[in-house]
Amino acid sequence: MTMFSQNPLMNGPNYSFSQTPTMASGANKEHSFYPYTDNGGSTLAISGNDFMIMAGDTRSTSGYNINTRYSPKVFKIGGTTSSQDDATLVLSVVGFAADGHALKEKLDAIVKMYRYQHGKPMSVKACAQRLSTILYGKRFFPYYVTAILGGLDEDGKGAVYSYDPVGSYEREQCRAAGAAASLIMPFLDNQVNFKNQYIPGSGEGHALVERAKDPLPLVVVEALVKDAFDSAVERHIEVGDGLSMMLITKNGIEEKFLPLKKD
Amino acid sequence: MPGFDFSNHTRNAALHARGVPLPKATSTGTTIVGCIFDGGVVIAADTRATSGPIVADKNCEKLHYIAPQIWCAGAGTAADTEFTTALISSQLELHSLSTGRKPRVVTCMTMLKQHLFRYQGHIGAYLVVAGVDPTGVGLFTVHAHGSTDKLPYVTMGSGSLAAMSVFETQWKSKMTEQEAVTLASNAIQAGIFNDLGSGSNVDVAVITKDKTTLKRGYVKPNERSQKQKSYIFKRGTTAVLNEKIITRQEISKYVTVSELEGGETALGEKMDLDV
Repeated sequence: MTMFSQNPLMNGPNYSFSQTPTMASGANKEHSFYPYTDNGGSTLAISGNDFMIMAGDTRSTSGYNINTRYSPKVFKIGGTTSSQDDATLVLSVVGFAADGHALKEKLDAIVKMYRYQHGKPMSVKACAQRLSTILYGKRFFPYYVTAILGGLDEDGKGAVYSYDPVGSYEREQCRAAGAAASLIMPFLDNQVNFKNQYIPGSGEGHALVERAKDPLPLVVVEALVKDAFDSAVERHIEVGDGLSMMLITKNGIEEKFLPLKKD
Repeated sequence: MPGFDFSNHTRNAALHARGVPLPKATSTGTTIVGCIFDGGVVIAADTRATSGPIVADKNCEKLHYIAPQIWCAGAGTAADTEFTTALISSQLELHSLSTGRKPRVVTCMTMLKQHLFRYQGHIGAYLVVAGVDPTGVGLFTVHAHGSTDKLPYVTMGSGSLAAMSVFETQWKSKMTEQEAVTLASNAIQAGIFNDLGSGSNVDVAVITKDKTTLKRGYVKPNERSQKQKSYIFKRGTTAVLNEKIITRQEISKYVTVSELEGGETALGEKMDLDV
């Protein structure tokens, strides 16, 4: 083989692609395997006084292709049966869809086992800590996902817990994750926590009084979620097709589906 | 000296070697097509421009004027398609003036390919050239490296496979103008809905020996739905830390100030905006 390697045609793509070596002989070829892919999409969670909403688009992408227009990213967790009718918790996962699915299955199994062993459903607080432990358990081969956990806390107030891929977590008012997170989160800061909004005529310059953070009613939050996703679809190519929403109240979980633009 | 300015090349190469990334160009992710029919040719394009995964322009024009009877659909780097077509359009008009003949599509195609080949693919323009000249109907594709094709129906851009699947199942020879326009429009819509690099509306240009018709927004299958909520802030919501008043007299030193009559709106206020 060495005697032919000076032929320039043998060191690059040739007329017979299957026959010719694509590199100088003698050099070692480095093989590589990258186990992760990014499937795009976005999720969003907002908590209220006695409810919380979890939402995610249903498009799954790879590169410029659409894998499917309906692959939900929001799941009920820990019901007694596979139908999840009596579930009280929701989990959204965005990033690498296969890892998201594996993580959901694992958490669901653990929360179910908890229910059978203790004879009561798991609290959001306990589930939140458990999810963190699961994620950190794979610290050096992480689940490539941004997870958000939702439910009602011990006082019946809406709870949103957001995570990074290796288990760092925090309870928040609201959180956007995934491809369009950088588009949606500033909108939420302004419209949910009223950041950069002041009370007109309450003072001059720095003495202005910030707008008070009164809790939002469910109808307003639902409108914000829809508008946030409609806008994200306009400006991010990986977001679209459908919006899957879950409304968690003391009466249980209500599922809603809304079509989004398909281009 | 005419042509490109390479004076920053050495500096940029040094920056690049130190790990500074290249600036991201706006790319027209794009689906563009062309199709001949009995008596003319039609070209069509989507209207989405992207920068990575972000939509840079929801309604850009990818159909470029070359000559009255020659038009070009462009994919690839937005600036390259824009400037390459403008340059060739200019040269072709001068050529037409000095020869006293109408410009030909083959001439345009040859000038484009020679220009692009000289730059070895660094000018990222992928074009569909179409037109009618005294020799008849012409339809070509020109790739950034300079290769060309002459075919009865063509597609280019990231949505080219989606669009070509429509042509390969529905194209037939000797179509009417309306049939060709519908087919091209359907091919673009296949790109709009199945390729993430393409989106929004369909633009169409029809060229016959008598006239050219540009149909901007021929199909608009992706109109934005009405917002659930109004996002108009109460006056005074934003903190004002500093205030300076510039009189009309002062500003008129730099710009022309014209008074509006009652009820009249300024041109800037007529822009297409989301409310």
